Amino acid sequence: MQTEALHSIFLNAAIVNNFVLALFLGICPFLGVSAKKETAWNMGLAVIFVMLVSSMSAYAINWLLTELDLLFLRLICYIAIIASAVQLVEMFVKRFSPSLFRSLGIFLPLITTNCAILGLALFQTAKEYNFIQSLVYATGAGVGFLLALMLMAGLREKLALARVPSVSQGAALSLMLAGLLSLAFMGFAGIGGSIG
Amino acid sequence: MSNLPNRIESLSPDTFIRGLWRENPVFVMLLGMCPVLAVTNTTINAIAMGLATTFVLVCSSILISLLRDWIPKQVRIASFIVIIATFVTIVDYGIQAISLELYAALGAFIQLIVANCVILGRAEAFASKQRLHTTLVDSLGMGAGFTLALLSLGTVREILGSGTLLGIPLFGDNFQPWVVMILPPGGFFVLGAWLLLFNWIRLRKEQQSIERSGVAANAN
Repeated sequence: MQTEALHSIFLNAAIVNNFVLALFLGICPFLGVSAKKETAWNMGLAVIFVMLVSSMSAYAINWLLTELDLLFLRLICYIAIIASAVQLVEMFVKRFSPSLFRSLGIFLPLITTNCAILGLALFQTAKEYNFIQSLVYATGAGVGFLLALMLMAGLREKLALARVPSVSQGAALSLMLAGLLSLAFMGFAGIGGSIG
Repeated sequence: MSNLPNRIESLSPDTFIRGLWRENPVFVMLLGMCPVLAVTNTTINAIAMGLATTFVLVCSSILISLLRDWIPKQVRIASFIVIIATFVTIVDYGIQAISLELYAALGAFIQLIVANCVILGRAEAFASKQRLHTTLVDSLGMGAGFTLALLSLGTVREILGSGTLLGIPLFGDNFQPWVVMILPPGGFFVLGAWLLLFNWIRLRKEQQSIERSGVAANAN
């Protein structure tokens, strides 16, 4: 895995093994903030940023813990890093765009419990990527998350105008839509490498 | 979420039962969906994941409830996460010791229990404010509800997707497995179908109560 080409890492993370639709990571924000395209776009950007920061820090921490032979602390350290990165983004957004801060609401602090980000840190460790590969992997995963979120938001904006049976309103219909999207993404299987 | 989080709740059967049905973390509150969808392609994975999550939920709730007067408000989320991560590490090594096969099947999702919002949600909304014995019962109920949800997805997906239950073939050799059910899209479809069913039951109940009150009004 060490010699995997950068473009294949990117495609693999973004499309073939899309974090949301193929690996089921980050479903909560995927269902929660995909009602409007604009919010979805901003949420996606925030997630990409947190992913990049935590990927870099996770790489550094993993190196340090391996040196010190303290690998059992890895999970605790990763989650602490992610929580701090999210705090950073929250302060940044609050300072520069209060309206965005309000529209993201509770989902901004909840990025901490977005398993896509912890998953990313764990996968990049398991795959033994070097620093550059980790960064590309993080970007790919973030772009994939943004893509899935935007597709879903687009569909749901259209759906808001459609007449659906009252029994299928809300989460049930969103899940069915997500299933169809996931089915479509399965068509990409086999282009990239193995499953994360 | 619990209805009046600031009040100290007294222990009642409802503390346990509401986690199973009325406040089921998966079907009603839509929390912790990632493991629900990801590891339910077989029943055995679903049971293992449910038990692991319940263990972490119960242990961390107990500890958080015991420490609730000592944890400063400003750093409570960070403290909760560290406590949860500690128990997840224990489970992670525990499962590795018990069954490597299971460990490989569940993959990264054991470590991802840390990021399960059910646990943090219960810690924040319940364990950090209530007494020990109520918390214990509440977390057991929520854990049971979570396991029940995983199980209801896992059995359906295994039966449809590979024609087996707990690895035992149910149908004859002529059964053509519905492979898509054990692949990612199947998870979304089956959970969506369960939610549709619950919506339908809820709407019917509401309709019936409206009709009944309508009849009562006419009689008056």
